[in-house]
Amino acid sequence: MNIAFTTQGPDLDSPMDPRLGRTRYLILLDDETGDIQTVDNTAIDDVSHGAGPRTVQKLVEMGAAVLLTGNGPGGNAAEVLEQTGIEIYVGAGEMTAKEALEAYKNGALKKHGGA
Amino acid sequence: MKIAIASGKGGTGKTTLATNLAAYMAESGSVVLADLDVEEPNSGLFVRGDLLVGETKYKMIPEWRGDTCEHCGNCQTVCNFNAVLSMADKVMIFPELCHGCYACSELCPTESLPMKRHPMGELKHFRAGQLDFVESRLVIGEEQAVPLIRQTLDYLSAGFSEDVPWILDSPPGTSCPVMEVVKDADLVILVTEPTPFGLHDLKLAVETVKHLDKSYAVVLNRFGIGDDGVLRYCEDESIDLVTRIPNSRAIAELYASGQLLYPVVPAVARAVADVADFIGNHLTGRRP
Repeated sequence: MNIAFTTQGPDLDSPMDPRLGRTRYLILLDDETGDIQTVDNTAIDDVSHGAGPRTVQKLVEMGAAVLLTGNGPGGNAAEVLEQTGIEIYVGAGEMTAKEALEAYKNGALKKHGGA
Repeated sequence: MKIAIASGKGGTGKTTLATNLAAYMAESGSVVLADLDVEEPNSGLFVRGDLLVGETKYKMIPEWRGDTCEHCGNCQTVCNFNAVLSMADKVMIFPELCHGCYACSELCPTESLPMKRHPMGELKHFRAGQLDFVESRLVIGEEQAVPLIRQTLDYLSAGFSEDVPWILDSPPGTSCPVMEVVKDADLVILVTEPTPFGLHDLKLAVETVKHLDKSYAVVLNRFGIGDDGVLRYCEDESIDLVTRIPNSRAIAELYASGQLLYPVVPAVARAVADVADFIGNHLTGRRP
């Protein structure tokens, strides 16, 4: 399964970025093979509006099934995410990506929306 | 003649000046007052009249037709505002982000993005004696003030002669909505207060109107509080300081109860007369 992280740096030791749309990096982890794919999202700074949907689109292209993040999506990003079926877990904004992964596996992250 | 009442800082008294000035000037001739702070118009709290026109204003946004779309992604590529998202199996439109430029619609090879009307606000036109009052109010959730401001100015252009003074109550700040109001104005009155914050934002507002090559002058409201920074700035920069409105509890109480000030408060009557004279002189000075 592909698990995506919003992070401030390019590897799993990096602190999480609490923001979704304007996250610095997106990291995708295949938890079966351990393969990692990193996307530099910093160019989003040049986007004044609509950052959320653009970043979600990248998540879709990367093939994310689960997203671990901090604050959760804004209105526009949530609207796109609803169409994608990506599960979102929030509350990992103060962790590193590795810690967020552990928290997710232990069921310590809150699922956004739904039940 | 178009007179924009603007400010850098919010809450300095734009609406107070605009409504009192317009009502005062309407005692001796026709005046148009327009509240163009469409995100939170409040001139209407102080000006009452008979409703002549109430109409919905629309902007044009694309609507996706899934049956003909070939998912080429061109719509997203050409959109400068991230208002169109081309996903694998569908196209999503974000109406609040759309600037109505038609690019996605016109450049769609299969004409799958026809433009549709999208309500963005309500315009109301009231009349009270010689005062015509027009206000527009953005629908809650709409992000863009500029298209509604533009259409409201178009409404004024269609209905009123520019020989009549137009008092344009502007949004605060120095961003696009303010520029939209100020760029067509013949004179900009910048209202500020004698505080460090008032001075800081006045400087930004002065830079903005200078950049737009506008005639401008300053009205100092709540005079008596704060410091003399604004006075010194105006003196150093040779900026016309048209008048000062004193800080007063009586003014605040009248304002809070939705009343015009100049009929009751002599200091405000003098101040609006000063501004009206300044406008009159400015108008005379412009004509050979």
